[in-house]
Amino acid sequence: MTNQEALYIYLLRLGDNALLNGHRLAEWCSRGPFLEEDLAMTNIALDNIGRAQAFLKYAAAIHGKGKTEDDLAYKRSEREFYNHLITELPIGDFAYTVAKQLIISCFDVLVFTDLSNSKDETIAGIAAKALKESRYHFVHARDWSYRLGKGTEESHRRYQHAIQDLWMYTGELFEMNEVENILLQEGISNNLQEVKSNWINLIMPILQESSIRIPTVDYMQTGSCKGIHTENLGHILSEMQYLQRAYPDAKW
Amino acid sequence: MNTTLAFNSFQEKLDKDFNIEPKDVMPDDYRKHLIRQISQHAHSEVIGMQPEGNWISRAPSLRAKQILLAKIQDEGGHGLYLYSACETLGISRDELIEQLHEGKAKYSNIFNYPSLSWADIGAIGWLVDGAAIVNQVSLQRTSFGPYARAMVRICKEESFHQRQGYEIMATMMSGTKVQREMAQDAMNRWWWPSLMMFGPHDSDSPHSGKAFEWKIKLKSNDELRQKFIDKTVQQAEVIGLTIPDDQLKWNEDKQGYDHGEINWDEFKRVINGNGPCNKQRLDHHKKYHADGAWVREAAAAYAETNSKF
Repeated sequence: MTNQEALYIYLLRLGDNALLNGHRLAEWCSRGPFLEEDLAMTNIALDNIGRAQAFLKYAAAIHGKGKTEDDLAYKRSEREFYNHLITELPIGDFAYTVAKQLIISCFDVLVFTDLSNSKDETIAGIAAKALKESRYHFVHARDWSYRLGKGTEESHRRYQHAIQDLWMYTGELFEMNEVENILLQEGISNNLQEVKSNWINLIMPILQESSIRIPTVDYMQTGSCKGIHTENLGHILSEMQYLQRAYPDAKW
Repeated sequence: MNTTLAFNSFQEKLDKDFNIEPKDVMPDDYRKHLIRQISQHAHSEVIGMQPEGNWISRAPSLRAKQILLAKIQDEGGHGLYLYSACETLGISRDELIEQLHEGKAKYSNIFNYPSLSWADIGAIGWLVDGAAIVNQVSLQRTSFGPYARAMVRICKEESFHQRQGYEIMATMMSGTKVQREMAQDAMNRWWWPSLMMFGPHDSDSPHSGKAFEWKIKLKSNDELRQKFIDKTVQQAEVIGLTIPDDQLKWNEDKQGYDHGEINWDEFKRVINGNGPCNKQRLDHHKKYHADGAWVREAAAAYAETNSKF
C-alpha cells in the first residue's frame, strides 16, 4: 500500500464516520423528546455532515480522476465504506442515542485533538474545526448521561441497557491496521492505542458519576476497517443514495 | 423609555400605534385571539418539520442535505420563539401542545399535504415559505410586541428558505426531462394549497373583524394572496414552470393577476380533518411527544435532586 492509498482510505474513514453518524442523528428531526432537544440532535447531525463533506472532498482530491465528495458519498457500495460500525447502528430510543454519542464524542474529542496537529495541513485544519464542535457534542452527551443515569428508575434502566448493548462496538475504534501504521510514521495520523487509554480515562468517570455499571463483554465486534459492516449499512445507503442511483444523469 | 406609563388605556396605545406589551392591560378577547393565532403559527412551524424531514435521509447531495437540515432547524427555532411569545400571554407550552393534540388548536392546512418527491422540497421552500413570508412581513407591524419582534427575525430566515426552494426548482428545471416533470408535478400539487394558506376570501373570513380593529391583522387575506400571486407568477415564468390555472391572466386595471376560483370545498374538507396527512401529522406529533415523556421526567427529576441553587 502506498502512502497515497493509505491517506485515501484514512480520509474515507474519517468522512464516513461523520457521514453515518450525522445521517443517523438527523433521524431525530421531528422526533425529539422536546423541541430544544430535537434541534440539538439535528444541530449535531449538521456538524457531522459538514465534517463529512470536508473529509470526502479532500479524499476525492487525493483520488483524482475528477471525483467529487458527492460521488464518494452517493456512489460507493457497502463494501467500500469504512465508518465504524457504531455509527451506522439505529438511533434506538433517546438513551441509546445518548450512549452512542457519549462513546463517539469522547473518541472524537481525543482524535481531533491529535489530528489538529497532523503534519497534513488539510487534515489539521478540518480537525481543528471538528474539535471545537466535538467539545460541544461531548458536553451535550455527558450532561444527558448524568440526567439519564441519575434521573428516574426508567431512564437509568434504559441507559444502562444501551451502554451494555453498545459496548461491544467500542473495541474497533482503537484498532491499528496498515493504513494507520503508515500514516502514523508520517506524522499524519495518531496512535489509537494511546487514544484508547485516554478514552477510558475520559469516559469511565462519566459513567461512574452517572451510576452506570461498566459492562464486561467477551467479544468486541470488528470489520469496518475492511469494509465489512452490520446489516444496517445497506439499508441506509439504499435510502441515502436513492436519487443519485435512480437518476444517474441528473444534477441536483 | 417606559411606554406603559405614557398611556391611559389599551385603546390609546393602540390608536397611537405603539406595541402592546405582555404586562399591559388588554381585553380578554385580544389575549384569546393572540393565543389562538400565535399558537397556530407555532404549531405550523413544528408540524411543518414533518413533510420536509421526510426528505433529509434522501437529499441528493451533501450540500442539499445540510441546507435542508439547517432550514428545518430554523423552522423548529421559529416554533420556539413563537411558543415563547405565546407564553407571555399567560399560557404554558404544555397547555399549547395539549390543545394541539386535542384538536382545539390548529396548524397551517398546507402541512396536511404529502411531500412526494425531491421537487416538493423545492416547492415547499419556494411556494409555501414564499406565501408565509408575504403574511409574516405584514405581521412585523402587528400590535403585540413579542409577536411583531419574533416576525422580524423569522422573516429574515424565511427569505433564505424561499431562495433555497427556488434554487432547487431552478436546478431541476434546467436538468433532465424527468427532473422537469418532477418540478412541474410539484408545482401542480402545491400551487392551489399555497393560495389557500391565506385563508377564505375577505367576504367569508370569520376572524378578521376584530383583528383589524386591534391592529393584529393589517392586510386582508385577499390583499396578501394577490401580492403572493403577483410576485410568484413571474418567478415561475423565468424558470419555465407553468402555473396550473388556465384562468390566470394579467389585469391591466388592477395591475395584478386575476386567478381562477379556489376550490373552497377542498379547503374546508382538509381543515376539518379529511386531508391526505391530517391524521398522520397529528399522530406523529402525539407519538413522539409520548415517547419522550420518560426523558422529560428524567431531566426534571435530575434537576430537582442536583440543583445547586
